Amino acid sequence: MKALMFGWEWPPHILGGLGPASYGIVRGVVNTGECDVTFVLPKPQGDEKKDFVHIIGAANTPVVWKDVDWNYVQQRYGYCMDPQEYYDLRNCIYADFSNLYTNDLGCIDFSGRYPKNLLEEINNYSIVAGVIARKETFDVIHAHDWLTYPAGIHAKQVSGKPLVIHVHATQYDRTRGMCDSGDPTFQIELDGMNHADLIMCVSELTRQTVIQKYHQNPDKCIAMHNAVEPMSEEVLNMEAKRGTTEKVITFLGRITAQKGCEYFVEAAARCLQTLEKERQSGYPNVPDVRVVMAGNGDLMEPMIRLVAQKGLADKFHFTGFLRGKQVYEMFKVSDVYVMPSVSEPFGISPLEAMQCGVPSIISKQSGCGEILQNCIKCDYWDIDAMSDAMYSLIKYPTLHDYLQEAGRNEVNQITWEKVGRRVVDAYKKLLGWS
Amino acid sequence: MKNVCLLFEIHQPFRLKKYRFYDIGADHYYYDDFANEEILKRNAYQSYIPAGKMLLEMINSTNRQFKVALSISGVAMEQFEMFCPEFLDIVRELVATGCCELTAETYSHSLSSLVDPEDFQMQVKMHQKIIFETFNYKSKTFVNTGFIYNDEIGAEVASMGFKGVITEGTKHVLGWRSPNFMYNTTAKQEVGLMFRNTRLSEDICQNFQGGLDAGTFMSWIAQGPEQEQLYLIAMNFDVIGGMHPASTGIFEFFKALPKFANQHDIRFVTPIEAFENIPSVATATVGHAISWDGYDKDVSAWMGNDLQHEAIRAIYSISERLRLSNNEVLRQDFAYLLSADHFKFMSTKQGSYVPFSPYDSSFDAFTNYMNVVSDMEIRLNQEFPATVETEELSAQLKLIENQGKEIEKLQTKIAKLEAAAAKKAPAKKETAKKEVAKAPAKKTAAKKAEK
Repeated sequence: MKALMFGWEWPPHILGGLGPASYGIVRGVVNTGECDVTFVLPKPQGDEKKDFVHIIGAANTPVVWKDVDWNYVQQRYGYCMDPQEYYDLRNCIYADFSNLYTNDLGCIDFSGRYPKNLLEEINNYSIVAGVIARKETFDVIHAHDWLTYPAGIHAKQVSGKPLVIHVHATQYDRTRGMCDSGDPTFQIELDGMNHADLIMCVSELTRQTVIQKYHQNPDKCIAMHNAVEPMSEEVLNMEAKRGTTEKVITFLGRITAQKGCEYFVEAAARCLQTLEKERQSGYPNVPDVRVVMAGNGDLMEPMIRLVAQKGLADKFHFTGFLRGKQVYEMFKVSDVYVMPSVSEPFGISPLEAMQCGVPSIISKQSGCGEILQNCIKCDYWDIDAMSDAMYSLIKYPTLHDYLQEAGRNEVNQITWEKVGRRVVDAYKKLLGWS
Repeated sequence: MKNVCLLFEIHQPFRLKKYRFYDIGADHYYYDDFANEEILKRNAYQSYIPAGKMLLEMINSTNRQFKVALSISGVAMEQFEMFCPEFLDIVRELVATGCCELTAETYSHSLSSLVDPEDFQMQVKMHQKIIFETFNYKSKTFVNTGFIYNDEIGAEVASMGFKGVITEGTKHVLGWRSPNFMYNTTAKQEVGLMFRNTRLSEDICQNFQGGLDAGTFMSWIAQGPEQEQLYLIAMNFDVIGGMHPASTGIFEFFKALPKFANQHDIRFVTPIEAFENIPSVATATVGHAISWDGYDKDVSAWMGNDLQHEAIRAIYSISERLRLSNNEVLRQDFAYLLSADHFKFMSTKQGSYVPFSPYDSSFDAFTNYMNVVSDMEIRLNQEFPATVETEELSAQLKLIENQGKEIEKLQTKIAKLEAAAAKKAPAKKETAKKEVAKAPAKKTAAKKAEK
């Protein structure tokens, strides 16, 4: 079996969660040994991990016929493609796009990021998809996230093969339900879903959003939960740089309304205040607690102000945006990780925290909660329950240790190999092969 | 002749309300009255009351040939008194027929038998007391929480003067032996040990809706080997009408049992009759604790994970000091918190049956329970400061108690003497004695102040 996948990000050049998720799915699918994958990226840099997958760059695919010789193509695009492929793709140009801005090789330039003219780039991507779909042979088309839906639809129209779209997030979630039908992103998503033969959603939560807000037939929507890459040795062996014996409660993510940061501040404050009261009443063994909010976002300043109003600024720490290894360093010194998202299609970070042995509290409105047992779940608005969970994890070491151990074991069972298996099974069912 | 011994368990714990950490030290009421009343009444009207009436009718219509045993926990008794006293009236009627035995168990339906022998003894005494006060009945056989049993529990029970114990006929203890015989405990030859027939009991509990009928059921017993004479069928009482609603025909199933028993010449006995009349064939050794729970038939549903161990450790760690206290409310709260259900709610075991859990997850159950225990500790510390060692405290309390008795004794003496003095002319001797008598009292007061 062969799948043609359209994606926007690929490690190591990642901007959000889409890259690692696409990578994991492809790795899982190829791992089954039953399916080869051709992955289309806007603009490969040449250093992508591609030992198991064939990557085609949209930026290297000609849409205007140019008479160029082998050596020139090799010199220009050799870092990421075989010149023969350039010629094969050139043979599949299906219309006159000379009105578009193309370079000397007849290719459209892509940024591969999220530029201001994103909609134009998405459109160009779907034009290129027509060329690729004519050249490649495949059994199924798989498009990751709304950016690639138009490309997927185009490929389906060219080839007549079934289209699978993978909903990693929805505009409805991103805007907290504040988008109308005139929203271009919403429109693109809706169009993609209407044309799709199968919709894979990263959680049941997202699946319900797709069914209810995008009015899709429940029969063609399935939940396909994400997994997590195993921790590298380097990260696992990282020493925790802990200067004090104080307990640390951590929030890690964009400090925005969607992430429920204000609920976190309220809950953590309540926990701190009670502990302070206990200390003053002279109870024995009251632990010292610090709270860390790592990340950046439009609500960061209001949060700092809120903390100051509560008089807890000395216990709350705002680190700003953490990148790369800093994230794991943060996990390593944490005792409790909280993800109080108001709406989270999946949410990979609790899984990473649990890999690092940090017990997690997550909101019931998070997709990852559907596949996790060994974490504490509460409603994002239930500050009482959230603060109670924080308090227990700090006060009752047994609970902390139990969740640490059981959580780590549980997360280690959630692998991309299993996801890949399920994706391939879904392909087969779609194609009527099983 | 084959004997069938029917035993039903009745228990409902006092479920805890959502008790948050900021309630610790501030709120000393722990129970979800609404849920407790609702669940008890629902069970009573669906199951306990109609099933109790059914048993009564069966006893009367068979001319007292039908016999049954009930095991009602102390905390359930309290809830019946509060929310549904009419059920206790039915039990009174049942007891009055002489065909219904009430077996003894722990007051709280607790795990004390495995954790704290001293508390276990106390719990059993408390249970016997409430059964005696309510039904004027003295239990002579013992059934532990969840049929938990091992040799040590057997010895404890024997030392309390019971005639026999009932437990689960687990394969890994019995091996090739059949549960359908009378055995005896390792501790005392005279104390019998009866094993539940797991297969027949669970046929009713789990497979009833698969189309089991009373005739078939009784014929299974009748077709058993000649020598196997004793069939103990035991289950929760709410199987009748609760787990299997009336519409499934469960009531008719039971009502038909005596008729088919008669056909096959099978007799009903109560546990005590079985223990007294059927001779033991062998001593049964049970090393590890067994129970009737799940597939494993061990205690892992209550004491399986670290959370449960920690919660049990936390609550039993205050039991010794608590026994020194005279604070009735505190002791009552302690008894309610010992119910095994609280620990079962924390189970992370797959497929373990936890009826009516008020919690979303085992972690919620743990958190809530531990918060309550923290508050109990604070209350106990207010009673006795944590800085005083338990043994020292015990000694001091003993001293105070003895001094108190002494004072009382002396005061009655004074009263007598004063009365005598009033009769006689005033005598100076007595006033001198009075001074002496008061001295120890002052000393005690001083000692109290010291602490």
